[in-house]
Amino acid sequence: MGDLLAALGDYTLRTVALGAAVLGLLGGALGTFAVLRRQSLLSDALSHATLPGVVLGFLVTGTTSGSGLMVGAAVTAALAAGLVLVVVQRTRLKQDAVLALVLSVFFGVGTVLLTYVATTGASGQSGLDRFVLGQAAGLVASDVRVMAVLTAVALAVVALLYKELKLVAFDPTFARAVGYPVRRLEALLTALLVVAIVVGIQTVGVVLIAALLITPAAAARQWTDRLAVMVVLAALLGAVSGAVGALLSATTTDLPTGPLIVLVATGIFLVSLPARALRTRLGARREVSARRAKGVGVR
Amino acid sequence: MSVDLVIVVTAILVVVPCALLGSVLVLRQSVMVGDAISHAALPGIVLAFFLTGSLGPLTAVAGAAVFGLLTVVLVDLLQRGGRVRGDAAIGIVFTGLFALGVLLIARYGGNVHLDLEHVLFGEIAFAPLVTLEVGGVDLGPRSWWTMGVVAVAVVTFVLLLYKELKVTTFDPGLATVLGLSPVLVHQLLMALVSVTVVGAFDSVGAILVVAFLAGPAATAYLLVDRFSVMLATAVGTGAGSAVVGYLLARVWDLSIAGMMAGVVGVVFLTALLLGPRHGLVAAALAERRRRTRLRERLVRHARGSVGEGATVAQLAERLHWPVAEVERVVARIS
Amino acid sequence: MSAPLAVRGVSAAYRSEPVLWDVSFTIPEGRLVGIVGPNGAGKTTLLKVAMGLLRPVAGSVEVFGDPVDRSRVGYVPQRSSVDWDFPTDARDVVEMGTYGRLGWLRRPGRRERRTAERCLDRVGMLDLADRQIGELSGGQQQRVFLARALAQDARLYLADEPFAGVDYVTERIVVDILRELRDEGRSVVVVHHDLATVADYFDTVVLLNRELVAVGPTAEVFTSENIARAYGGAARRAEELHRG
Repeated sequence: MGDLLAALGDYTLRTVALGAAVLGLLGGALGTFAVLRRQSLLSDALSHATLPGVVLGFLVTGTTSGSGLMVGAAVTAALAAGLVLVVVQRTRLKQDAVLALVLSVFFGVGTVLLTYVATTGASGQSGLDRFVLGQAAGLVASDVRVMAVLTAVALAVVALLYKELKLVAFDPTFARAVGYPVRRLEALLTALLVVAIVVGIQTVGVVLIAALLITPAAAARQWTDRLAVMVVLAALLGAVSGAVGALLSATTTDLPTGPLIVLVATGIFLVSLPARALRTRLGARREVSARRAKGVGVR
Repeated sequence: MSVDLVIVVTAILVVVPCALLGSVLVLRQSVMVGDAISHAALPGIVLAFFLTGSLGPLTAVAGAAVFGLLTVVLVDLLQRGGRVRGDAAIGIVFTGLFALGVLLIARYGGNVHLDLEHVLFGEIAFAPLVTLEVGGVDLGPRSWWTMGVVAVAVVTFVLLLYKELKVTTFDPGLATVLGLSPVLVHQLLMALVSVTVVGAFDSVGAILVVAFLAGPAATAYLLVDRFSVMLATAVGTGAGSAVVGYLLARVWDLSIAGMMAGVVGVVFLTALLLGPRHGLVAAALAERRRRTRLRERLVRHARGSVGEGATVAQLAERLHWPVAEVERVVARIS
Repeated sequence: MSAPLAVRGVSAAYRSEPVLWDVSFTIPEGRLVGIVGPNGAGKTTLLKVAMGLLRPVAGSVEVFGDPVDRSRVGYVPQRSSVDWDFPTDARDVVEMGTYGRLGWLRRPGRRERRTAERCLDRVGMLDLADRQIGELSGGQQQRVFLARALAQDARLYLADEPFAGVDYVTERIVVDILRELRDEGRSVVVVHHDLATVADYFDTVVLLNRELVAVGPTAEVFTSENIARAYGGAARRAEELHRG
């Protein structure tokens, strides 16, 4: 316990925990739409596709600090998303094959670029390596501020366009029939996903960021049947995973933050699994007593 | 034995089983399960090391195969038991297991030679350096033995169970009726995918092996229409990509596995755009020809209803087209 | 006052063969119209063109004289494109019918909720308002989608095979509501699959088989001759259904 209190007093740790919590919040909220639209694995593919962009950003800007890496990551991720869309729509290949292809080929190109950087002898290669598994400990206050701003913007967009996004996710044909620009709204959702990914890869890395976009949302689904509640709950569970993971990492030795955050999220998910069955049983009981009260026979 | 030869043969021995299994996965829409198995194998390797104290390929493969099957089982459980969609289940299971693996390595693997980077990226350049020694006899590059056995197993599987694979993939209902067991075929398939994927870790790493699972198969799917031809095409393009990728990587002194994956991607893009049957360019051209013929039919029909002396303006009104478009078609058919 | 639905020289194609060929007809106000024809006759395609979901290769469609505005048309699609595991209940789905009128930034409020409940009540589903959409039976889902279209409060309704695969109770409810809409002066156009019920349900019929075979009041137009022309080889069976 003393360890924990000391940890909370530590500025660096507070920063990391805050950053992780913000990331979890963003991942949970946006992940809800991704999971419902069956884009869980798209998150995985797009996050791997950021690697070449990160390296290119470094090559262009010459530094690992600054936003060049993030912009590069967003560009290649968006490119990958567009490629997936085109191939699935226009060929007989199905989404799973295209996702796997995009994921691995983009990542492969990224590793080629990494070795290129190594041959040029430019310093900063270790700075780029941290994107594979993340380096939460490297978060500083300015990073967290940027994350917070991006998160706020993304959440504001979701709040403002909530009913449109809900309709597009649930029944895109009806949405189009009623006159909404469905393709553009879907592109917006994908763009927000890219934002979440780009924000998260510094902290938990390319391989694990998908977890924050999938697991908290899947956990939240077990607790509720209403979309609004699911979004809020997923954000909350994500934030808790982030914060707890960061705290655990600080109070133990040798355990990297990224994987810990993911394990906490997975743990929360596992604990949530029985919730659904429990709710059904409670719901059924409530329904039975209501019918009894009305004097109606129980079936 | 030349270094180039060892590496190229290793690469081909990786590509062959991946292309074959990948073709089946593409047709069954289970390619991402292969990616999941690849990531989830990590804790399997670590635990196998803990249990046996050995870092040898056999133990690694065994541990990984167990975790590969575990992945498939867990994903299945989640889908059936909870309200978890298929793709979310895959994502949850493999990220959870992968995180577990990373933690285990970080905590306990530090003082041992378990290198996470090696698992993720592989290092095929080491292949010529590691030879297999049994009873003091040097049997040649270990990678040839490991992947050779895997390749033979997969080829045997595909050849022996060709009919079963075909029927269970295209029509599982019929398969059951015929007395075949889709479940058994599925389990064998997943087991072989696990073994192949892990066998390939050493050479190309956990993520790039997926490129060989998905890429050549996807390319073949865009080029040919028969299952047997698809298998052969996948193997062919995969092997070609591996060789070219290696050569380029040598010339430019860059990551070999990454370059091979890159070439796989380029080959796919080429097939995507230029494929004679299903490629985008061919499709666009065919579509254009169809539209042109359709437009000519429409103009002729409109002429028929308005009258032979119809002006362009009248035809445009009838068809609700811009006048310029009518003019173009009229010019063409006159 | 412009006609609710004016189709002029519409031809449509997906691939090489046109699915609709030079189809023209006009639907006046206050009619309950059935579109019938064999499979692949282009009935659903016609609806999609009317909704603006598909651009025709020739011709034009006008809804109340306006080629563009889609939000004035109530749409009851076939049940396919929806995500049944989505966390939403019947009331919520019906409320989505009001979104078009709310515009971009406004949130649905009490009024929209009450509209949704009224429409659910009209289709006899009010007591199931809190039920998850995936837990409803096929007929109940169809009624929810009808209620959603009712919530749109449109002057023209397009329905794509609303009776396909539903139970008898649902079918009666849906027909009654469609008749009410017609009696309120709205126009209802229904793609229908069952020849046996055409004469009973619809006052106007459109016989379609890629081309327009016939259009007009059911009593005049729904003859064995026209049916035979529309259904070609299946003529005799169609005739038997008509007589029976």
